[in-house]
Amino acid sequence: MCTDCGCNEIDSVVLHSATAIHHHAHNHHAHTHHAHTHDDHDQHASSTQTVEVHERLMSKNDRFALQNREIFQSHSLLVLNVLSSPGSGKTALIERMAKAHGHRAGQVGVIVGDLATENDAQRIRAAGATALQITTGTACHLEADMVAHAVAYLDLAKLDLLVIENVGNLVCPAAYDLGETLRVVLLSVTEGEDKPLKYPTAFQSADVVLLTKMDIAEAVGFDQATAIANIRRMAPQAKLFEVSARTGFGMDAWLIYLQSQWNRLHPIVTHEAPIPSEALS
Amino acid sequence: MHEVGLMENALAIALDYATRERAISIHQIALRVGDLSGVEPDALRFAFDVVTQGTIAEQAQLIIETFPTLCYCNVCQIEFRPMELGYECPTCQTWSTSILQGKELELASLEVS
Repeated sequence: MCTDCGCNEIDSVVLHSATAIHHHAHNHHAHTHHAHTHDDHDQHASSTQTVEVHERLMSKNDRFALQNREIFQSHSLLVLNVLSSPGSGKTALIERMAKAHGHRAGQVGVIVGDLATENDAQRIRAAGATALQITTGTACHLEADMVAHAVAYLDLAKLDLLVIENVGNLVCPAAYDLGETLRVVLLSVTEGEDKPLKYPTAFQSADVVLLTKMDIAEAVGFDQATAIANIRRMAPQAKLFEVSARTGFGMDAWLIYLQSQWNRLHPIVTHEAPIPSEALS
Repeated sequence: MHEVGLMENALAIALDYATRERAISIHQIALRVGDLSGVEPDALRFAFDVVTQGTIAEQAQLIIETFPTLCYCNVCQIEFRPMELGYECPTCQTWSTSILQGKELELASLEVS
């Protein structure tokens, strides 16, 4: 699909899971057909004419993203789309979040995108979460229809949180809305402080930026002030948290923020709070 | 970035509209591409030649109209063209998050017969 990445096999997507649960009671494929009538339906138009279109090239993805968003909203489900370079700590972060969910870890749903292997989903399952792996073949990003397909295998009514771990790539995933509530972009301390300047689209689209692997910041000579200045410059709209999935540093603030976002979707709290208080102490 | 896939989408939209108009040939496809859309016009042109082969758009001319980034400063209440990375207002140096133009990526029109 991407000329830079050489990926073009979206159709080869493989989903690793069991039985599908069909949430789609109705179909949102609102293709508009003939808005006007043709008097000459049996003849081809003979002279050159201009047709005004004004349709976004991403309209197919947008339709699936809208459909996903409607399904998520119908379940008041908080959905994160997690983006980063390969190796920034997406999986480790999600493992830590699942463990912090304590006895409700199984109510954390995770859809993991990778080119190959089910390794990440296995790691996340070992942390107690409910994980589905999408292997994309050569495709370097997840698209909304892949997520729609995967979501059919999850019982959304039982989830407190759905995390979509995108394919490790800071370029292409940024262009594809998946229907998420929040887009979370990770920058690890090993990556260089100027990464937000080099990959502006991902950071500009972020609702949250997480500085990860803070436990080794000093060892790798991380210039925190410069990194934060660059994030603030490219993503002034984003909430910023500094975390370490390994030591748990900063996880409380991040989880409290997630709890506040969950509360926004559940204005009258009748359920047990999704994040156990012992996980925050 | 992913210009081949996007051009496949553009062609699918164009063929859909051409079918509705009962056209037998597409002569021109006009796209609107903003500077922030994340796609390279040259890569789109290359992809266009590849994906239109063997279709009724094979001989079509591709027109790409580009749109520079345009921001709005809420403090100064002015529109401005950002000069470098980041959207800093040239007057008050506030970072703007209001993007008025530059994200366009659409099929604007077709010429068919």
